[in-house]
Amino acid sequence: MAPIDIILTNSGDVPIYQQIVDQIKGAVLRGELRADEPLPSIRLLAKELQISVITTKRAYEELESEGLIYTIPGKGSFVAGVDQHALRESKEQMLEEKAKELLAAAELLGLSRRELRAILNRVLGDER
Amino acid sequence: MKPILELKNVTKRYTGFTLDRVSFALEPGYIMGFIGPNGAGKTTTIKLIMNLIRPDEGEIKIFGLDHRRHEQEIKQRIGFVYDESNFYDTLTTTEMTKVIAPLYKNWDWAAYRKYTEKLALPDRKKLSQFSRGMKMKYALALALSHRAELLVMDEPTSGLDPVVRSEFLDILRDVIQDERCSVLLSSHITSDLDQIADYVTLINGGRIVFSESKEELLEEYALIKGEKSLLDSGLREYVVGLKESRFGFEGLVTNRAEVQRFVGSRAVLERPNLEEIMLYCLRGNGNDHAGA
Repeated sequence: MAPIDIILTNSGDVPIYQQIVDQIKGAVLRGELRADEPLPSIRLLAKELQISVITTKRAYEELESEGLIYTIPGKGSFVAGVDQHALRESKEQMLEEKAKELLAAAELLGLSRRELRAILNRVLGDER
Repeated sequence: MKPILELKNVTKRYTGFTLDRVSFALEPGYIMGFIGPNGAGKTTTIKLIMNLIRPDEGEIKIFGLDHRRHEQEIKQRIGFVYDESNFYDTLTTTEMTKVIAPLYKNWDWAAYRKYTEKLALPDRKKLSQFSRGMKMKYALALALSHRAELLVMDEPTSGLDPVVRSEFLDILRDVIQDERCSVLLSSHITSDLDQIADYVTLINGGRIVFSESKEELLEEYALIKGEKSLLDSGLREYVVGLKESRFGFEGLVTNRAEVQRFVGSRAVLERPNLEEIMLYCLRGNGNDHAGA
């Protein structure tokens, strides 16, 4: 079975199923889960994570609709082969969402876009 | 999938209390938590399911069969654990089990040994010397040892300490793994159900308030905290239950997504647990959310 860690938190606002989606998605995008690798069954996952089967089922359905996994009835769920172009796009999309959150945070704090850009540049500069 | 347990408009009238048109269904492979305050009708409903009392109206089907006409067959396939299990106090567990085992066609001694070991039940101790928690564990071991497809449990965790409760819940998680067996579990310890319930049915004053998957409940309801001025700007229509203090309010709202858009960053929305959902639904301001 695919080696994967899923860490759930009850604090915060992200629904449990979404946390599972994000983490499996992350592992697929980072290449930690390879195409056709079997995933744990929804019942096993629910048992191990101590959550409802309905939650894990929903997470898998979501992943399936995003084309990241596929399910063969009676056999289980597997990691889908992700094409490189789509992979790149999906990574960019994930980052874009984070950037939007950042923008929202800046607005909440009353910082202008220019100030945000300055902070971003500073952080990027430090990295170099 | 065909439900393993189905109640349709089940009514039972007593003087001073009516169980009023209770309906819900449970599919194989899931755990349903049955919650509500004392005197809400949990035990009455369970007694009706077990055919210990007769309904005045309505229909109960178990494994697709009429629960009274096929009582014998159904009882072979049900494991029943309830609050005040009656055993012969002068017997040891092993002696008691030897009395009970022949009553079940599918009695499975290997399973019985497995569970008594898992639950650390002594086999030579007299039942009179058992604590409440021990008796409950024994009742659970019996319920699990005849390949039951439906476990009906009335307040099984109430007398158990946290360690045993956790073991108990682990066993239930195992039981539903093969998608054949379902569990109906009444409890007022909602934190147990936060952990294991797939579906939650809330009953109050003899009526079902809701019967939904926990996933849907958490999607629908949110705990909200904010300034009191927010309440009168149109938020009230979403509020199910409310607690106001001098410094703000806390409440439960429905239509989580809509409320989120409505309040933006003016209030904090949190994921409620079952206890909060139950308390606010019962505390509430009316019954207009019933059946939601």
